[in-house]
Amino acid sequence: MVIYLDNNATTKVDDKVFDEMIPFLREEYANPSSMYEFSVKSSNAIADAREKVKEFLGAKSEKEIIFTSCGSESANTAIKGAVAHNKSKKHIITTKVEHPCVLNTYKSLEKQGYKVDYIGVNANGELDLEELKEKITDDTALVSVMWANNETGVIFPVKEIGEIIKSRNPNTLFFVDAVQAAGKINIDVKDSNIDMLGVSGHKFHAPKGIGVLYVKSNVILPPLITGGHQERGYRAGTENVPYIVGLGKAAELAQENLGFELSEVKRLRDKLETGILKNIFNARLNSSISNRVPNTTNIGFEYIEGELILLHLSDLGICASSGSACTSGSLEPSHVLRAMGTPFTSLHGSIRFSLSRFTTEKEVDFVLDKLPKVIDSITKISPYQEELEHLKKTRS
Amino acid sequence: MWKYSDKVMDHYRNPRNVGKIDDADVIGEAGSLACGDSLKLYLKIKDGVVTDAKFQTFGCGSAVASSSILTEMVIGKPLEEVRKITNADIAKELDGLPPEKMHCSVMGHEALEDALKKYYDEEIEFDLSNTENKESRVVCTCFNVTEDIIKEAIEVNGLKTVEDITNYTKAGGACGRCKGDIQKLIDKYAKKDEPKLSPAQLILKINKVIENVIAPELQKDGGDIELIDINENKVYVKLQGRCSSCKNSVLTIKSFVESTLKDKVSKDIEVIQV
Repeated sequence: MVIYLDNNATTKVDDKVFDEMIPFLREEYANPSSMYEFSVKSSNAIADAREKVKEFLGAKSEKEIIFTSCGSESANTAIKGAVAHNKSKKHIITTKVEHPCVLNTYKSLEKQGYKVDYIGVNANGELDLEELKEKITDDTALVSVMWANNETGVIFPVKEIGEIIKSRNPNTLFFVDAVQAAGKINIDVKDSNIDMLGVSGHKFHAPKGIGVLYVKSNVILPPLITGGHQERGYRAGTENVPYIVGLGKAAELAQENLGFELSEVKRLRDKLETGILKNIFNARLNSSISNRVPNTTNIGFEYIEGELILLHLSDLGICASSGSACTSGSLEPSHVLRAMGTPFTSLHGSIRFSLSRFTTEKEVDFVLDKLPKVIDSITKISPYQEELEHLKKTRS
Repeated sequence: MWKYSDKVMDHYRNPRNVGKIDDADVIGEAGSLACGDSLKLYLKIKDGVVTDAKFQTFGCGSAVASSSILTEMVIGKPLEEVRKITNADIAKELDGLPPEKMHCSVMGHEALEDALKKYYDEEIEFDLSNTENKESRVVCTCFNVTEDIIKEAIEVNGLKTVEDITNYTKAGGACGRCKGDIQKLIDKYAKKDEPKLSPAQLILKINKVIENVIAPELQKDGGDIELIDINENKVYVKLQGRCSSCKNSVLTIKSFVESTLKDKVSKDIEVIQV
């Protein structure tokens, strides 16, 4: 039995997505660029998928949709392209809590002489917009902010940020990493000031290995991968037809299920979260209650360590993830929780549960039944019994 | 997911000797909350023998397993034996740990060392000024790792790279600023691969390998070999018997004689036929 509560890591491919992909893995294998009748189905399928993704993101034209291999490629294309096209400008602004695919791209640009400002967050994980506003100068080539954070689910006000950027410097480009927002909340780039936006298929029930980059029609980006004329010159390489078809279907289904995410998935997430916080005395929520995507909760268990919690949960078939240093092998705990100033007492014992539209009430009830026993058994081994005793008294 | 041995999994699932000993004779401590793992080791000692041991650990699966097995390793043992336990022994007893997790066994050993130090400090009056001088220099400030800890990890586990040191002691695993210092400590304490032979030792060794290993093989095919001269790493030989007229003699020299000498004596050796 597997209870999968790690949907911010990846998701199950929806059966309906899989079914649509199959013909293009079997009989419809034509190269969509070819000049014969046999390739028409392939090229039409890509056009259909592009239309669906256009609707999903609220783009004005299907020409603004570029298919890539993953979220990281989308981010790399946007960031490296934006700075390459604005060679005279050497300043970039981003946040301290971006995904590593974005942060490490900026680290490499810093080595090339770019100045990067990293905007901090408060204890609730919310961005300091004043700081962001002050940092924008005439030299700012790019601002990049994630739409929702992968670890805490906290949503950043990207529309408001877009307005701030353009009022300070209309030539500064704005890239939004929407990988953790797509399929969970409504994405609408229309009238937004967002110049580029990246999403990844496998976070909303498409397979791994397919992503999208939205590029506003008036923005010119050099390609990251050069070669043929595919994707209107923005991204070379023969189109991955079956995966593009899958992504199109996944986008359509995600759009249909947005209401379900905001009602049912949120209800189950809230049930899980409230139950844990109520029944486990050394549990604390690592973000604000509001302003989050509906599927994510990040809870710190004080004076115990996250990997051990995950190992015990894994024995019960429960999949979650941790901001603990021990799970990554990096020896350093989550950069997101550290930027939020999460105390050391709960930093290493932080667990992220992320649900999907396939999560059932029974699964949530199972976790609520088993988790307190797991936490209790680990808490008993902790050397911080006096601190725990004190915590128990103050919380009860 | 980490690849843990069955023994590691057994010990984090069913840790032995959990808890505290209220009247412990000594408590050893290692690690901290900020670093992400810490351990308290309680020992009961009677007539120089550990009669009971318990632990409390804040840490991952391998940290709990290392602590748990350590209590089993010390109970019933005289202190002279307990003192000899190294982190490598703890890891071995667990049927190994992933390289990135070796620091968990080091933490177990640190707690044991701390306990023994405190125990002996109480038994023997130490000159305080003397112990202060002995305080080891902190190399990694992020994880508070001292030169002594790194030195011991290098010597006990035969470590050779900065990455090894990070895996075993955590030093250099956060900001990375001390990596240069760690490299210097490796240069200082790590065993060098091969001690350099003196010219006389080199000649003796080459001669011995030719006589005992190479010549007997050639003799099987009705050939033989004679050592003519040695000049630093250049070895001058003459093939004899059937080998001297063999069309493949160049091959014999390069692929057999030279490779055998490279393997057994030094990788810098070059064999020249005269």
